[in-house]
Formats: sequence, C-alpha cells, structure tokens
Amino acid sequence: MDDIKKNYDDYVKSVTPTTSLAKNMWHAFLIGGAICLFGQILITLFETIGTDEETAGAYEIILLVFLAVMLTGLGIYPKLAKYAGAGTLVPITGFANSVSSPAIEFQKEGQIFGVGCRIFSIAGPVILFGILSSWVLGLLYWIGSVI
Amino acid sequence: MIYLNAFLIGGLICALTQILIDKTKLMPGRIMVMLVVLGSIFGAIGWYDDLIDFAGAGASVPICSFGNTLWKGVKEDIDTYGFTGIFTGGFTAGAIGISSALIFGYLASLIFKPKMKD
Repeated sequence: MDDIKKNYDDYVKSVTPTTSLAKNMWHAFLIGGAICLFGQILITLFETIGTDEETAGAYEIILLVFLAVMLTGLGIYPKLAKYAGAGTLVPITGFANSVSSPAIEFQKEGQIFGVGCRIFSIAGPVILFGILSSWVLGLLYWIGSVI
Repeated sequence: MIYLNAFLIGGLICALTQILIDKTKLMPGRIMVMLVVLGSIFGAIGWYDDLIDFAGAGASVPICSFGNTLWKGVKEDIDTYGFTGIFTGGFTAGAIGISSALIFGYLASLIFKPKMKD
C-alpha cells in the first residue's frame, strides 16, 4: 500500500510542472491576447472618429497606460497578474504597472528617495537597455549610411 | 481579420514569455529588458513592422514593441539630422510610453495609499 502511494506521489511530482506550465501558458495567452485585442479595438475606434493612424496609436497607449495605473492603484491589476503571469507582464500595461506600483508603495519614504527613485526600479533598466540597444543599432546604421 | 490576429499574436508572445518565466525563474525586470532589446533588434532587421502590419495591436501592445519604437525613432532622426539622431531619436519616439507611465504613476502615488500584500 505504501509503495503504491509513493509511486503515485512520485508520479504526481513528475507530471505537475508540465501541467502547470501548460496552464500558465494558457492563462498568459488568454489574458495577454485579450489586452492586445482591447488595444486593437481602441485603435480602430480612434481611427473611425477620424484620427490618423499614428495619433490613434498614441491615444491607445495613453489610455492603456492610464487604465493599468488605475487598476494598479485599486489593487485589481496585481490580482489579475497572479492569474495571468506573462499575460499581464508583457503588454504595455505591465510596464505601467511596474512604474505605478512602486511609486504608490514607497510614497512613505518621501518624494525623492521614495517615489522618485523607486518609480524607476523596473522602468529604469527597461529604458536604459532599450535606449542603449537602439543607440548601438543606430550607430551601425549611421556608419552604414556614411560609408 | 485584424482582431483575431491581434488576439492570437499578442497571446502567443505572452505564452512564449511564460515559458521563459517558468523555466528560468528570471525576474520580471530582466524579462522586460530582454523583450525590449529583442524588439529593437527585430525592428532593425525589419521584421517587427511586418508583424505589426499583420497583427496590429497584437504586436504593438507587447513591450517588445517599445524596442522597435526606439529603433524606428533613432533611424528616422538619423535620416533627418544625421549623427545627432543616434542620441535624440530613442527618447523622442519613446516619449509617449515613458511619459504617460511616469506621469500617471506619479499622480497615482498622490491618490492611492499602499495596500497590504495578500
């Protein structure tokens, strides 16, 4: 009887990670896809009321960021993130969450070292390495354009 | 059908990133940095705009699009201003995402009180 239980436990242990990965991926797919779909609906909406393509994209980003910050402040975004994983991390709303969440959380540490520093705790690396990589690529492009 | 493509491609990028998170246990900050750098490289190769043409917001909403946006800004400014464009283009093009997140994030810190973690 003990052997059967042990075998079963081993079996469960061996299969659990794979199932949970598939489940996590499914949740990420659903919520991430839904956020992108919502973004697309916003873009189409702005375009139908007469804004050009670029401005519609800008409005869409501003609105998505605004909504994500509100949901972060209300404590809803973290709950959604627990379910969706990468589905809430990868979209621009995840970036907005990573900026607003520490800003709210560390306000007691003051304007400069609390909000001012912590607001960049994830945005900082993202901006730094984004700017750096596009700078390197730009440098190569510039060299290519002058020779 | 742009809506279906947006959902599928956006969802796919998130699902693939989920594999990376589960298999490597990397922190969210590192994941986001990787995606942005990848986005700028794919942008420079010319793939990212093709993906946006196909999937719309499914490609432009994920954070890797930020890397592509930075690259495109750099390229445009180099075409217009030459060498200084390498330094100006990124922040110009990325301004909407960066500024809106910072400004709304700061305002939120004035309005909302910290919550206890569950």
